[in-house]
Amino acid sequence: MSTTEKHHIVRYRTYVYILLALLTFTGLSILVTSFELGPLAVSAALLFATFKTTLIFMYFMHLKFDQPVYGIMVSVVLLVFVAVLVVTFLDYSFR
Amino acid sequence: MSQTATHSDSFDATASKIGMWLFIFTEMLLFGGLFIVYSVIRFSHQAAFHLAAEELDLTIGAINTVILLTSSMTVAMSVTSMQYGNRKLTLILIGTTILLGLVFLANKYFEWSLKIEHGLYPGSAILQGFGNGDTLFFGLYFFMTGLHALHIIAGISFLGVVMSRVAKGKIHAGFFAHLENGALYWHLVDIIWIFLFPLFYLIT
Repeated sequence: MSTTEKHHIVRYRTYVYILLALLTFTGLSILVTSFELGPLAVSAALLFATFKTTLIFMYFMHLKFDQPVYGIMVSVVLLVFVAVLVVTFLDYSFR
Repeated sequence: MSQTATHSDSFDATASKIGMWLFIFTEMLLFGGLFIVYSVIRFSHQAAFHLAAEELDLTIGAINTVILLTSSMTVAMSVTSMQYGNRKLTLILIGTTILLGLVFLANKYFEWSLKIEHGLYPGSAILQGFGNGDTLFFGLYFFMTGLHALHIIAGISFLGVVMSRVAKGKIHAGFFAHLENGALYWHLVDIIWIFLFPLFYLIT
């Protein structure tokens, strides 16, 4: 057990598709923010960034193919971050 | 040390990868904290941030995004090619990743030089004349993109070591945890940029 490594091999083609998706999301976020949409553009740009990050976590960083333990750890850290973010914004909105 | 360098019984690939992820978490929270600082300051200086963000060159930011995304793909592919045991292709792919990282840094250099030439750098007389909002925006811009650039340099060094170990045959199809960890670090650097790009260049 100690010397075994993950043997799931991701195909090259999968990575090309993911890159194309990432570039598409980048293009869309540039397009969306080129209109004067105000706060909506901010949300849209951050939403696209979140999509891109999810793709990188799942495919490039292999969370989709690895043992669940890595994914669980990442989710916990992200939850901690979101909690800090929400608390900060609650603090600022109700001052 | 030499024990872990070869395919020894004492090496645990899962533990190695968990260690890398734990380190990545500290990096995520470091930049996460800075993103919160950015949001809070932006919230209190909206007009100034709007004007200051328009000073940044969207084209250079977009080009650097494409460069980093592509480099992330090549380093991900290098893990696949190592698993297939194709050492030559692995070296080419890691080399391409390092090269793209260097191009990113070169762009950053020109971008920063232009800003500094225009007198837009922390503590400059021009910036102080604009008021607090602009000073804070460019302070954060230089600090966050600078810290990110340091991570690019660290990632290039990390991948450089991995590349020489692949070349020497110390990393091979049966033992590639260090290549995977190097790739994970590079993806982290990419993810940080994915958030820096909209926050500084897109949202105005």
